[in-house]
Amino acid sequence: MPDSISCEVLQRWIRAFARLVADNEEYLTRLDASIGDADHGTNMNRGMTAVVAALDSAENVASPAALFKQVGMTLVSTVGGASGPLFGTLFLRMGTACGDVEVLDAGGFARALRAALEGVVARGKAETGDKTMYDALAPAVDALEAALDAGGSLAAAVRAAHAAGVSGRDATTAMLARKGRASYLGERSVGHQDPGATSVALLLQAAAGVIPARSDSSSGSASGQP
Amino acid sequence: MKKFVNDPNDVVAEALLGIAAAHPELRVDHANKIIYRGDAPRPGKVGIISGGGSGHEPMHGGFVGPGMLDAACAGEMFTSPVPDQMLEATKHVDSGAGVLHVVKNYTGDVMNFDMAAELAASETGVNVRSVITNDDVAVEDSTWTAGRRGVGVTVLLEKIAGAAAEQGRSLAEVADIADSVNANGRSMGVALTSCTVPAAGKPTFDLGEDEMELGVGIHGEPGRRRVPLAPAKEIAALLVEPIVADLPFARGDRVLAFVNGLGGTPLIELYLMYNEVARIVIGHGIEIGRSLVGSYITSLDMAGTSVTLLKVTDELLALWDAPVRTAALRWGV
Repeated sequence: MPDSISCEVLQRWIRAFARLVADNEEYLTRLDASIGDADHGTNMNRGMTAVVAALDSAENVASPAALFKQVGMTLVSTVGGASGPLFGTLFLRMGTACGDVEVLDAGGFARALRAALEGVVARGKAETGDKTMYDALAPAVDALEAALDAGGSLAAAVRAAHAAGVSGRDATTAMLARKGRASYLGERSVGHQDPGATSVALLLQAAAGVIPARSDSSSGSASGQP
Repeated sequence: MKKFVNDPNDVVAEALLGIAAAHPELRVDHANKIIYRGDAPRPGKVGIISGGGSGHEPMHGGFVGPGMLDAACAGEMFTSPVPDQMLEATKHVDSGAGVLHVVKNYTGDVMNFDMAAELAASETGVNVRSVITNDDVAVEDSTWTAGRRGVGVTVLLEKIAGAAAEQGRSLAEVADIADSVNANGRSMGVALTSCTVPAAGKPTFDLGEDEMELGVGIHGEPGRRRVPLAPAKEIAALLVEPIVADLPFARGDRVLAFVNGLGGTPLIELYLMYNEVARIVIGHGIEIGRSLVGSYITSLDMAGTSVTLLKVTDELLALWDAPVRTAALRWGV
């Protein structure tokens, strides 16, 4: 099973995301201060801190579905604002899409991320170019699927997703906000990077950091997987 | 920043302690930050809950009581409450007649209430209807934004729908009345100063001594434009004319006229503004059936005002006049 992700690796992904959010809390809040209400970093860090605490106290998370459901419910209950329902829905939909498996294969991971994207769209009604987290997440999911379809390894596909997410995040700077509180700024929202898209790029960065597995020749022994 | 705080992070929780101490007729769930009418659920009565970020007091907790809300969920400062709170409140105010959610149109509020309604349907079977207020005419391009914000009409809607529920009307009837209030009301506000969020410790935006933000939102969101400060009568016209033109209100219409303070403006200035507003409204041939003057939907310490006009029928006026007993609105009892 060269290209599969265990529950343990998924947990490491979530914990790595929590560390990145904590490290970038002030940065995310500063981005939000320019076009929102200056609480994105605070809210996300409160949520991910609660997620890590929940993972620490959980005795044994049996499946990817159970793990993602726990992450999603915790975020919904602790983050508030728009980010709580959006990032919560992202993980809840991933959980539903995983189905009853103990280990995710590459195709299952791609389907879970596609479902996450669809959940975010259903919840937030965002479209391409609205200057939201969608603008980072959508190209990332497309890139992941394209890389896998082309026969690439899961690790390479996740790296491609991260790169596409970063490009998508960067592209939000030039966009005019059409959703959320930033939309009230109209033209004044142009020139500022979207904080939600920035958090999505951190989530992808965390994935690229933990998912390089044994089949990825370029990352060698970095993963620490047995 | 000079404010009455102990720790800026404890403002919401400590204010809830104060509400519980001052109003023994209410029941406060401090863990979930929910203010309940003491006798909820009332048998056979439709429950009405609302909620939103804190910092807009007396909305919504000040409107909990007979004739208005059954429960209000308090979020963090200017941040929507989470679905767990609305779900908990929904369960506790439902007598079997269903529950109306009153939601102001802000992205976070709408999504969190949506999730709460979905959870209520799947976990409890409680019949939930939602009404979303979006009366702020300052948001001109609602197609390409998150849409018009819910402001002053929310106060009037909670009173009128609350009276309808108190009379024993069905969830469908109460929701229809609530929808008609939102559809017939329009608002616009102006800020003379920014607000200061306690945890931030400094003003949300900078406004010069000789400037005002026309069309400001209740979280300090930017408005239509920043203009030079003007005499009150000119400011009143800048607020009332876009409202009248938007619905539009017409000669012969009867309205409830609501001049609201945003938190840092004294009542004497609000009455001065009411005089100017009333003069313009009557000048349009519009009859003022009822009035409300005071600070009911605020933005912390922001100096400023908002004007709301609600076109009323005899039925809506009767519901407005019906008894109400809450911390902030109280008459007929």
